Amino acid sequence: MSTPPAQRRKKPPNRKILFLLPALIVSLAVVLVPVIVTTLLAFTDWNGFALPHWVGLANFAAITGEARFWAAFRNNCLYTFLFATLPMICSLFAAMMLMMIRKGRTFFQVVYFLPVTIATVILALIWRSMIYSPTTGVVGWLQQLGMPIDNPLVNPDTSLLGVLFVDMWSWWGYLTVIYFAALRQVDRSLIEAALVDGASRWQTFWHVLRPTILPTVMFMLLMSIIWSFRVFDWIYVLTEGGPGFSSEVLATLAYKTAFQSFEVGRASAYSLSMSLLGLAAIVIYLRIQARREKA
Amino acid sequence: MELHIGKLARLFVYVLLGAAAFSVAAPLALMVLNSLRSNFDILITPLGWPSEPEWGVFARVWKEAELGQAITNSLIIAAATVGIVCTISSMAAWVIARRSVPGWMTVSLYFLATTTVPIQMFMFPLYFMMAKLGLINSPIAVIIIYSAIFTPFSLFLLRTYVLDIPMELEEAARIDGASDWAVFTRVIVPLISPGLLTVALIVCLNVWNEFLIAITFLQNSDSATATARFYQLTGRYGNNLSDLMAVATIIALPTLVFFVLVQRRFIEGVSAGAVKG
Repeated sequence: MSTPPAQRRKKPPNRKILFLLPALIVSLAVVLVPVIVTTLLAFTDWNGFALPHWVGLANFAAITGEARFWAAFRNNCLYTFLFATLPMICSLFAAMMLMMIRKGRTFFQVVYFLPVTIATVILALIWRSMIYSPTTGVVGWLQQLGMPIDNPLVNPDTSLLGVLFVDMWSWWGYLTVIYFAALRQVDRSLIEAALVDGASRWQTFWHVLRPTILPTVMFMLLMSIIWSFRVFDWIYVLTEGGPGFSSEVLATLAYKTAFQSFEVGRASAYSLSMSLLGLAAIVIYLRIQARREKA
Repeated sequence: MELHIGKLARLFVYVLLGAAAFSVAAPLALMVLNSLRSNFDILITPLGWPSEPEWGVFARVWKEAELGQAITNSLIIAAATVGIVCTISSMAAWVIARRSVPGWMTVSLYFLATTTVPIQMFMFPLYFMMAKLGLINSPIAVIIIYSAIFTPFSLFLLRTYVLDIPMELEEAARIDGASDWAVFTRVIVPLISPGLLTVALIVCLNVWNEFLIAITFLQNSDSATATARFYQLTGRYGNNLSDLMAVATIIALPTLVFFVLVQRRFIEGVSAGAVKG
């Protein structure tokens, strides 16, 4: 793993930095510098064209006084919580079931993985127009059969859940493939020994399989939190945050504020809030995990 | 490895796994089926088999929606991004894996941190700067942004491949008088080429499907990628579901076929990152 230090001492003028620079320069120019600029813009009234004026905390005072901001924040939290937990449970079950069969493993994995390979905008439109739509979708067909069912996207109480469902539908297969790969790495002799010793299937799972796949599960949990907190595509295509702001999240709010009403300063304040809240979610997660590891 | 269960239990497991597979595949099948049905049929009964499949719809929308141009744009942007990402991230992966510069830890942490930053945190300045430079609707802006976004993940994946290369190989080349560049191109690159292939596949697929950057920086029909073009068409084809789904099928099919052909490498690639850590 570690490099012998002799290598470093032989060449005092270290030219290796030249190999690192291209990646670093691209990243600094596209990510770090614009992140700093966005942070500064959050304290200005910039509209994208005129000279920006420093307005201090005025943007933050304005957005925290809005119902829309808090609705978006609440939606983000609910979305992330459900997105991080429900698919994890489904996928662990599915991965365990894949462990119990021999024929068809590759087939099921490939099918479950398919949605990940298709553009979100296409999947979102399939769901919006051919499943949820009461005129051209499965929901309409079920209505014709007399079922009391309606398009979840047009009801403020269910719009966010309607979007979340599509996102989870496209995502759980990816998790299943990853958990299955982790389960397969478990030493087979350990499982056999446990079963020979008379452990039940549940005991085998809990005491042999669970500890081995726990790092993978925790890692994917962290990734799910990071990715779902910045959800944008699904909401933007399925509901655009509506009806009202019932399915608004911070990512769509920031985007619309910047590119539809050109209040870039205020949009940057949304972005900054979103990043800090996302960071807080990660920190809380890491704290809980650290405490669990100590216990 | 396989957990042994009874015959009846196994049948039950197959039924559940099959039902799950159906629920994943059915919406995708709807896309293809409805592209072959007329809008009138779709309105009469939302769910149905195409009675008289109109195979000509694909050729027609290909022309009408200028999909040839959009797919060419996607391919150009994907190829350029893959080229840049593979080059810069393999060089950086070598330096970071070997810890050959003093700040390697800081740099790794920086790249790790960039993966958690939401795009909205850096796209506004980029957009207005690119607008000033006249680079909106230009593939260059999108290629640079994609390169930055996909570099960290590629770097960390390639790093694990570099770590598997014994130091002795590099040292042997050095004793023979090879320069850093020669060691990198003749020893490292050939040995990490399976990793580079995985990176190329994943970056290609992600570029093809990317939405947010594409719709923001490529706003007209000449410059749009296939995915951005599809989004533009959702407005124009609002009531023409059959044509819209034909476009969706044309755009989704290459990635589907591509994925099924290379699924082994692909699945190994995505799970390696998560399982090995």
